[in-house]
Amino acid sequence: MAAADARGVAANAEERFRDAIAAIESALAPGERYTATASGEATDFARMNRGKVRQAGSVAQHTLSVRLVRGSRHATHALAMSGDAAADRAAIADAVGGLRAVLPDLEDDPHLLLPERVENSRLERAGELPPAEAVVDGILAAAHGLDLVGIYAAGPMWRGFANSEGQRNWHATTTFNLEWSLYDRTDKAVKSAYAGFAWERDDFLARMARARERLALVARPAKALVPGRYRAYLAPSALDEIAGLLGWGGFSARALETRQSPLARMLAGVRLDPRVSIDEDTAGGVAPAFQAEGFARPDRVALVRDGALVGALTSPRTAREFSLAANGANADEMPEALSMAGGDLGADDALAALDTGLWIGNLWYTNYSDRPACRITGMTRFATFWVERGRIVAPVDVLRFDDTLYRMLGSNLEALTRETELMLSAECYASRAMSSVRVPGALVRELAFTL
Amino acid sequence: MPLDLALPRISLDADFWSLRFVDERVAGHEVRKNVPLPLSRSSDRGVMATVYAGGGYGYAATPDLSAAGLTAALERAAEWARATAPRALFDTRSLPRPAPRGDYASPSLDAPEPSPRDWYDLLMAESTAAAIDPRIVDWSTGVEVRHATHRLVTSEGGDVVQRFRMVLPGIAVLAHANGDAQTRTLNGYRGICQQGGPEILARFGFAGSGRRIAEEALELVLAPNCPSGTMDVLLAPDQMIMQIHESIGHPLELDRILGDERNFAGTSFVTPDMFGSYRYGSDLLDITFDPTRAEELASYAFDDEGTRAARTHLIRRGILERPLGGAISQARAGLPGVANARADNWNRPPIDRMANLNLEPGDSTFDEMVGRIGRGVYMQTNASWSIDDSRNKFQFGCERGVLIEDGRLAGVVKNPNYRGISASFWRSLAAVGDASTVQVLGTPYCGKGEPSQIIWVGHASPACVFTGVDVFGGEA
Repeated sequence: MAAADARGVAANAEERFRDAIAAIESALAPGERYTATASGEATDFARMNRGKVRQAGSVAQHTLSVRLVRGSRHATHALAMSGDAAADRAAIADAVGGLRAVLPDLEDDPHLLLPERVENSRLERAGELPPAEAVVDGILAAAHGLDLVGIYAAGPMWRGFANSEGQRNWHATTTFNLEWSLYDRTDKAVKSAYAGFAWERDDFLARMARARERLALVARPAKALVPGRYRAYLAPSALDEIAGLLGWGGFSARALETRQSPLARMLAGVRLDPRVSIDEDTAGGVAPAFQAEGFARPDRVALVRDGALVGALTSPRTAREFSLAANGANADEMPEALSMAGGDLGADDALAALDTGLWIGNLWYTNYSDRPACRITGMTRFATFWVERGRIVAPVDVLRFDDTLYRMLGSNLEALTRETELMLSAECYASRAMSSVRVPGALVRELAFTL
Repeated sequence: MPLDLALPRISLDADFWSLRFVDERVAGHEVRKNVPLPLSRSSDRGVMATVYAGGGYGYAATPDLSAAGLTAALERAAEWARATAPRALFDTRSLPRPAPRGDYASPSLDAPEPSPRDWYDLLMAESTAAAIDPRIVDWSTGVEVRHATHRLVTSEGGDVVQRFRMVLPGIAVLAHANGDAQTRTLNGYRGICQQGGPEILARFGFAGSGRRIAEEALELVLAPNCPSGTMDVLLAPDQMIMQIHESIGHPLELDRILGDERNFAGTSFVTPDMFGSYRYGSDLLDITFDPTRAEELASYAFDDEGTRAARTHLIRRGILERPLGGAISQARAGLPGVANARADNWNRPPIDRMANLNLEPGDSTFDEMVGRIGRGVYMQTNASWSIDDSRNKFQFGCERGVLIEDGRLAGVVKNPNYRGISASFWRSLAAVGDASTVQVLGTPYCGKGEPSQIIWVGHASPACVFTGVDVFGGEA
């Protein structure tokens, strides 16, 4: 989809949301209130394998979610919008009618919390994207002779909010996200990513050139390490996997209050290394500055400061349940713009500082092996190397680690890189994500490998 | 509405096209700490147009089901097919062009189901029963009901309508004491998921389970850690399903073997030359792809490319016979497969997925399996899972362990974990439970694909014994 088309699609989506709001409001009965969200995209996808196109196509979707509120009873209906104005108006009226019919059967909700003040916002950021077919041609031409596998996704995405108090929020961006791997053999590969608002051919080619250089290292004979404790450097793309796992309940105020957060022991004073500071940095990410219930998301929420847990992501519902202050978190209390501060090690000096040990480019399939202890297991993946005296010696066969966060980013943390890396999420389950993670690299004195 | 009516006349310059309509309605009910969460409904409807043209493959998905919307989607799909044909991974002109005719319906599809108030009353009763002790700090009960209609129409005259109802009940209880927290669930998070109606809850004894699950959570938080060492394990069906899913299902997916998933979900240690001869497990291992078990979550008559589904052995007496590959993957690989090209919704193209992947029952009773173990652990209900991108080195954790000493169940332990390697683990399968130990479970959350998809899969398994397994507990 070309840039002009993308702008037209986003503008049309905003107009459709306005129409939907009008349809909801005309369907309301006295004493009823509503909140509504819009979510949608018009995305071109191209899936590639072995330097060829495996599957390419386009997906257009627009979902309206309407919550009907009467007193403290409420229920929600999310429905796909077809784009046919009359049909969508009828579907909205049916949905509101259905919710109205069911409300008498529901209980009052003691944990309902709605915004007390109106905070309007509007952000539109257009992208500069060539037609997807041309981008794909360019990618595959640059990968000529290489075993490339990956996906290109591009196009406009939008989120909207409205309520009966007159609040209106709109957030529309046009972005692209390319994730690709160059394979040497079996599981020996280099993974790369390029994402943003404007496709810069030279920028892409530079990244492809770096991937080719690393592929030459991957092509060396592999080293099989026995389980044990090894000194390790986690590149930002590896630490991203740890951050992603912690996002599942780690910083959730509800999970902390009920002691099921893997970080719950930090409430009792257990600390990470004093150099570790973590924020939900909405201002520095790509997520909307409002959440689905209409609460504004602050620019920054401090979560970990100097190794101590100082905050949590608190949804409106949790705020009411536990008498806390809501701070713009989504209903799942998952971060959308997690940001970990850098340290004082230059990224270019990481290999030398590692000296002898494992340089880990990616981790994979992390999960908790003891959740209360925040003990995490997972695999190394893609470009992971054995390093001796600051020089890459060989790729290593995949290894399983199993260690606690309190050792990895606590007692065994030796350094964090000064530079941090912003990674836009390429996740696209059901629809493309609008989230990001910013992390540094981490040098760890020893990491336990078990298999 | 094209899900019920004749389609408008389609005129398209293409070798083949299909339109796959999906109409899905979901209702979610949940009670948390004796407070009903608000009712959540969704209704989703759209169509995926797929076109083969000039040797290329293109798709376009739209919620616009008008004649103009269908035409626009087909034309966009055709544009993609033609534009990418010069760089296509395979030539679609050599692919089968299905013309399936038939239908399918879940068991008791139209049987009445409880009203929202009735669902909440049931959930509240179990929630209230779970609040047995101040150390029970969080708990929830819930049930989700999904209705879906899928219609596949092809340019060759194919027209298939499949109607599903799925019910997914759950109970989860968290106990906290002495700085530890332990969760116990009814067969895992959404582990109970079947096609049918409210009878599914009775099948799993949902009513009356709230208190039992809470008692087991409390027992766990006070229990000692699972010991470490090499020993035998007896895995309950609600752990077996993850062992099957991760270390048999995914590595047998033919698109992984062909490399499609290497950038995301991963590759496979299985290679095409292994089919027909490779010893995947002991003689006791029989694995079937079975879309015919009516109540199982992923039963259907046709897959999303229109291939008729049939029960098929993938592993017989331990020997690998065929992969999980749909018609396109079969053509690419030159291997036989099954009808498993599936999409999780109208907005994603079909890829090779598990559907119902089952371990066939053996002849050991539960007591016989316990009795044969000198030192080991009986592990119930998956809590943690992790496996490498070739689906070989795995590690699983379970909610509840029971020590086995000298052939007897000896006491509950918490944090039971084990790890191994797929390529050798299944060869240590030493006993397979009989039909009385089988449970029909599954997961609605199998993730894979670029663009990503989360699909529902069914797994039926008996309890099984494995010997010489690396077992360990939680942090001391």
